[in-house]
Amino acid sequence: MRDISASTITEAVARLCVEACCRLPGDIHTAFEKARQSEPSVIGRDILGQLLENAEIAEKETMPICQDTGLAVVFADIGQDVHITGGDFTEAVNAGIRKGYVEGYLRKSSVAEPLFDRKNTDDNTPAVLHVRIVRGDGLRLRLAPKGAGSENKGVLKMLVPADGMEGVRKTVLDAVQAAGPNACPPMVVGVGLGGNMELACLLAKRACVRDLNSANPDPRYATLEKELLHLVNRTGIGPQGLGGLTTALAVHVEWAPTHIASLPVAVNINCHAARHAEAIL
Amino acid sequence: MSDAIVKHIRAPFDEATARSLRAGDSVRISGTILAARDAAHKRLVECLDRGKALPVDLHGQVVYYVGPSPARPGQPIGAAGPTTAGRMDAYTPRLLAEGLRGMIGKGYRKPEVVEAMKKYGVPYLAAVGGAGALIARRIRKYTVLAWPELGPEALAAMEVEDFPAIVVIDCVGNNQYEAGQTPYKTLQEAV
Ligand code: SF4
Repeated sequence: MRDISASTITEAVARLCVEACCRLPGDIHTAFEKARQSEPSVIGRDILGQLLENAEIAEKETMPICQDTGLAVVFADIGQDVHITGGDFTEAVNAGIRKGYVEGYLRKSSVAEPLFDRKNTDDNTPAVLHVRIVRGDGLRLRLAPKGAGSENKGVLKMLVPADGMEGVRKTVLDAVQAAGPNACPPMVVGVGLGGNMELACLLAKRACVRDLNSANPDPRYATLEKELLHLVNRTGIGPQGLGGLTTALAVHVEWAPTHIASLPVAVNINCHAARHAEAIL
Repeated sequence: MSDAIVKHIRAPFDEATARSLRAGDSVRISGTILAARDAAHKRLVECLDRGKALPVDLHGQVVYYVGPSPARPGQPIGAAGPTTAGRMDAYTPRLLAEGLRGMIGKGYRKPEVVEAMKKYGVPYLAAVGGAGALIARRIRKYTVLAWPELGPEALAAMEVEDFPAIVVIDCVGNNQYEAGQTPYKTLQEAV
């Protein structure tokens, strides 16, 4: 059994907020550079250049890459031998979000209730928290803030087995087409296959925050990822939707066992500001 | 888009400037623009519905759809990239009728908005979405004009210098999203 104090968690989350929002992850940076070499559209190359310059300014001035610093999505993998002391885990995470967003000059984009008052919580809490209990005595926190321009373009289709591969392709391509410039391409496309309704959505989200250079460990799904990326990049949408061959930087697929009568497909689209930062306690 | 040609223009727009812009033009805007997004748009239209005076005369104004992040001490503004324009579509034709002369945002517009743009001679421009830090450097001053309680959604004026944008839909209805994407579209519709 290992003790981790709630205040340690709060401090770590606060740091992750600023790091995630103000520093473009290395994998995305490299992908921008590569795309700038290969993109045939003049305006597309110009946009990729602006995004690289933007990342430089953001890092130097500790300013957010994008003003929409999003809802704070937190993935926590908690070792089963960890004992959290001195407070409540969820409250510790939210205290970190509050501290990170307020002290880090990040935008507060969270409203307390969705339909009637829509009053801003003024500190970007609460986090959207996904917890897994895992082996060991470590605690892994991954923060992936997500803006609405791209999150609003997510899609869930409850396909049936007969829809098969064609159905999956069509769902992904339709979602990308509908997102277009609104989701700030070049995008990262996360696809969740199988499970049930809510699990498919969570898989798509996890797929979105995978390292850009990772591939699904199952070779059939790794091939599907490549094939979908190829198709997405033939839509012509290009950087910012102004035309080109760099519509997506990656398509990631995650899957889970499903019902004999179901083929759920969830598509979560992330913008180029595919922010994420991680701490291991 | 025509390589390397960048038009330097001033805001607010006069009629000649608004009508001279063509889809695909790369521009740098200097002068004063308005900042407003969802909540401020809702309030502007509510003012019109109630027959109340608007907090600002819209004639010639260019509106930038933005909700900036907070400014660090000593800086005029935080990150300030464009937000999705389509969410303002429901309010836009009313504001164009009031004299609004230009819009800056990102993403597609509804056909009824494009019709109103043609009717009133108003172009729609895109700034690079997600380039919030880069754009912030081109904003010299940010002054709240009305509804400070809306925080990042307040109606504000921004002094800008060489603010970078691309004309996406011009006032005769040419559309650069369509024109730009077509040459790179190699996907069979049958997929
Ligand atoms: S879609 Fe992403 S990059 Fe674009 S404005 Fe929203 S958060 Fe920023």
